Amino acid sequence: MDVLKNLDWSPLYVSFKTGAAATFVCFFLGIFAAERVMRLPTGRRAFVDGILTMPLILPPTAAGFFLLLLFSRRRPLGSFLFQNFGIKVVQTWLGCIIAAGVIAFPLMYKNARAAFEQVDVNLIYAGRTLGMSEFQIFRKVVFPAARPGITSGTILTFARAMGEYGATSMLAGNIPGKTGTISQKIAMVIQDGDYHTAGIWVIIVLLTAFAAVFCMNLSAGKRTKNMKRW
Amino acid sequence: MAVCIDIKKELEEFSIELKIKSSSNRIGILGASGCGKSMTLKMLAGIEPPEKGRIQIGSKVMFDSENRINVKPKNRNVGYLFQNYALFPAMTVEENIAAGVRGGKEENKRRVREMTERFRLEGLEKRFPGELSGGQQQRTALARIMAYEPEVILLDEPYGALDTFLRDRLEQELLNMLKDYEGTAILVSHSRDEIYRFSEELLIMEEGKAAAFGKSRDIFENPQKIAAARLIGCKNISRVEILDKHHMKAVDFGILLYTKREIPEDTAAVGLWAHEFVPVWGAPQENCIRMQIESRAELPFEWKFYIKPETEEGSGQEESLCWFVQKGKEKELSERGLPDYLKFPEEKLLFLKE
Repeated sequence: MDVLKNLDWSPLYVSFKTGAAATFVCFFLGIFAAERVMRLPTGRRAFVDGILTMPLILPPTAAGFFLLLLFSRRRPLGSFLFQNFGIKVVQTWLGCIIAAGVIAFPLMYKNARAAFEQVDVNLIYAGRTLGMSEFQIFRKVVFPAARPGITSGTILTFARAMGEYGATSMLAGNIPGKTGTISQKIAMVIQDGDYHTAGIWVIIVLLTAFAAVFCMNLSAGKRTKNMKRW
Repeated sequence: MAVCIDIKKELEEFSIELKIKSSSNRIGILGASGCGKSMTLKMLAGIEPPEKGRIQIGSKVMFDSENRINVKPKNRNVGYLFQNYALFPAMTVEENIAAGVRGGKEENKRRVREMTERFRLEGLEKRFPGELSGGQQQRTALARIMAYEPEVILLDEPYGALDTFLRDRLEQELLNMLKDYEGTAILVSHSRDEIYRFSEELLIMEEGKAAAFGKSRDIFENPQKIAAARLIGCKNISRVEILDKHHMKAVDFGILLYTKREIPEDTAAVGLWAHEFVPVWGAPQENCIRMQIESRAELPFEWKFYIKPETEEGSGQEESLCWFVQKGKEKELSERGLPDYLKFPEEKLLFLKE
């Protein structure tokens, strides 16, 4: 119990903050990308989809490498951001969000796209013939019809962003209280041989991740309660 | 509202080419599945663009490839009843009806109330489409369209997915509800009965082309073309060789037919409705075929006999003829047994062109 008392809770706080911020950004970007990609002609769609899905398949360290390449202050984009806006990405909380966001983005995008694609096209046609604008149709018809898929996408994105390790450690480093997330904390204390603290953090991660998925299943279960099982 | 269509569109298997002008208020489009009839409706609504041509509804040009006009569906003022009704699943009945209403909040409320009353949806306002029966869904979909006050209503096989019992009732209901609608309504269907009840003018489509177009009753009385006859359900059709002005050989039936009427020169086939045969006992008369039963089927209210044609075996033409007899009318049949011959009444023969 002494361990719990003396525990520095900042990793939980940092992880949660990072997860929330990354999910917020991914939510809009993922939906936007899904809606756009769906309308592309087949060839280009396969290409763009491939690129957007990459972070999910690549080892996170490879993604981290690309991100460093982009945002390092010795590189064009990184130096441009710093000199013009004073924005630092590497070794900052912003880097945390970007790394977690990039890695988790495909989950949001893929789920949103699958959800949009199963929306009955006649609903959209009906909206058009009823004089609704495209934005109205999206907001009032397509989005609600796709909501279950979007909800699960959001929760998965959050869970993934919160637990991200590889890319985050490369881009944002492990600065306690700033960029030190739970996953980095676990790696660090294990290197020190402190299995006790590691175990506590593992349990915390397990509980939060499971709670997220459990909530998702509950909300999905509500919608499918009238469906027969096979 | 006059509807004027002159369109062309390439599809995968065939192309749609239609040129039609109608000022009738109830138009039916009949055709087999996949003949392009739904696509035609979608082009009218602006959901799918034709490649070439012109669409005019009333005085408004909706599409004109030469002048690069293509009015968006939301500005066409056309109501579309989809096969699955396409009610917005996340909206209540009330919200669905309000979806197309133009005007302010007060107007919106008033229209929704008016439509819920007219389409007997009181008490269901707060329900979601998934909680409605098929009939209630249809009424909601119609209420939504009517609240929008369209000049033209397009009905895309509204009962395609229903069983017969429900179908008859919903059809009756739909016809009733459309009675006081003053605009043009176009119904697409593959059911002859539905189309017959509904339409003043009828377009029969085959592979994207018009097989017949005209007053509905006229077409049912005299379909004129082979494809049209087949689509309105004429079962007995045979190619003919014209021998002289009053005699022709029905090749696929294997018999000679005589008519008092002069046979038009361009006649390619002859047709007879399955219930028009006259049974003959004893010696054969003119225009008779031997009653050689291939198979028979008993239906609840009808007997169906399938009769072998008198062509030679192996001539390639073995499609049987159909004779339908309503039960209760076959008294003579039960007393005297099956007839020896079936007579083609010459005044009922349909002359068909290619």
